[in-house]
Amino acid sequence: MTQTLPYLKETPSQTAGPYVHIGLAPGAAGFEIFERELGWDIAGPNAKGERIRVEGTVMDGMGSPVKDVLLEVWQANADGHYAHPEGGGEVEDGFRGWGRVISDFQTGEWAFETVKPGRVKARAAMLSRPSDEKRALMAPHLNLWIVARGINIGLNTRMYFDDEAAANAEDAVLNLIEWENRRATLIAKREDRAGQIVYRFDIRLQGENETVFFDI
Amino acid sequence: MTAKPKPQGEFYQRDRGRHPPALCPDYKTSVARSPRFSLISLQGSASEITGPAFGHDDVGPLDNDLIRNFATDADPVGERIIVHGRVLDENARPVPNTLVEVWQANAGGRYRHKNDRYLAAIDPNFGGCGRTLTDEDGYYFFRTIKPGAYPWRNGVNNWRPAHIHVSVFGTAFAQRLITQLYFEGDPLIPLCPIVQTIPDPEAIQQLVARLDMNASVPLDSLAYRFDIVLRGRRSTLFENRLEGN
Repeated sequence: MTQTLPYLKETPSQTAGPYVHIGLAPGAAGFEIFERELGWDIAGPNAKGERIRVEGTVMDGMGSPVKDVLLEVWQANADGHYAHPEGGGEVEDGFRGWGRVISDFQTGEWAFETVKPGRVKARAAMLSRPSDEKRALMAPHLNLWIVARGINIGLNTRMYFDDEAAANAEDAVLNLIEWENRRATLIAKREDRAGQIVYRFDIRLQGENETVFFDI
Repeated sequence: MTAKPKPQGEFYQRDRGRHPPALCPDYKTSVARSPRFSLISLQGSASEITGPAFGHDDVGPLDNDLIRNFATDADPVGERIIVHGRVLDENARPVPNTLVEVWQANAGGRYRHKNDRYLAAIDPNFGGCGRTLTDEDGYYFFRTIKPGAYPWRNGVNNWRPAHIHVSVFGTAFAQRLITQLYFEGDPLIPLCPIVQTIPDPEAIQQLVARLDMNASVPLDSLAYRFDIVLRGRRSTLFENRLEGN
């Protein structure tokens, strides 16, 4: 008889379904229940850095907007620190770096406001010998997690910034994507809308220009 | 921030064979919403091994009591139950202070959602959502009404087994999980195309809460036990040269 390993197995995922808003954004479902809904304020009032708006749609394989999608954002502050004990350093008081956003039920458009993150130490720099300068920092990015009816397990992706071309070119994660033309699916487009900085980021679940998703 | 933690390694690779694949044709909505290309595997950087933390300021005292947190003039209709268990990682260690959120239909199988038009009645005293933080031992509990089964548009006569949606965070974005809790003995479980997206029958059993008579409250509520397992991680990081990124 062999011995048995003591590990447990991860609980399997199930779709968030069409009524995910009841649990995670009840105001959108049509009722008020909690004093505070979570995830609407990503950066808080004290965050340094450039204030930005990010907007987009999630499209299915037919090119139709997914109108019942929920996205979660996880990001570093302008110094490249996450609000976490292993996040690389201090963050501003009130900076959570996490947000939750749902699409409009009619149009599928979603948007959130935050600050542009800084560069985060790459995996190579988590070792004690950051020998390769270029590989030591990742380009600024937002981590996104996408759930909806029809999505059986949350999809992880990243949003990069098109005004960070030099950093993007040396980013370890973007460079891991063998097909160079697919890297563009992760890069949001910046526009200046009467002084407001907006990044447009459309996510395609399937079909032409399918967004790159990660197994993290 | 808190004291410097002891170094820990990356998370164990997710066993995708226990999770549903993206494309499950019998669950029709997945067909157009499933990526066709392979996921790109990322070894954990700070972006993946960190994640949001929540505290007692984020949740209210009634948030884990679905019998009371929306009621105005009476208790909601239905079978009173307690759902409780622990959040553990794959190393069988408790995951303390992590946010657990739930949502569900009422006893008639109707959701309080502007997009749900099922003919079963809305219960004026039932909201159907709750949240709580696990304690130091990873333990959590909710009080609620057992949800009803309901029909949904997939096949012409598909019914969802009674279920509660459960969302859990853990300590890292890599652990983020949404799943559904089913109830022991429900004959609709094997008939449900969403349950059957999970290819491994043994993995499905992990989503079935057990009746727990010891935790029931005599003359008041039955209880169901539901433990949740999040990904675990290796205990060391400082090893040989890392490949990849």
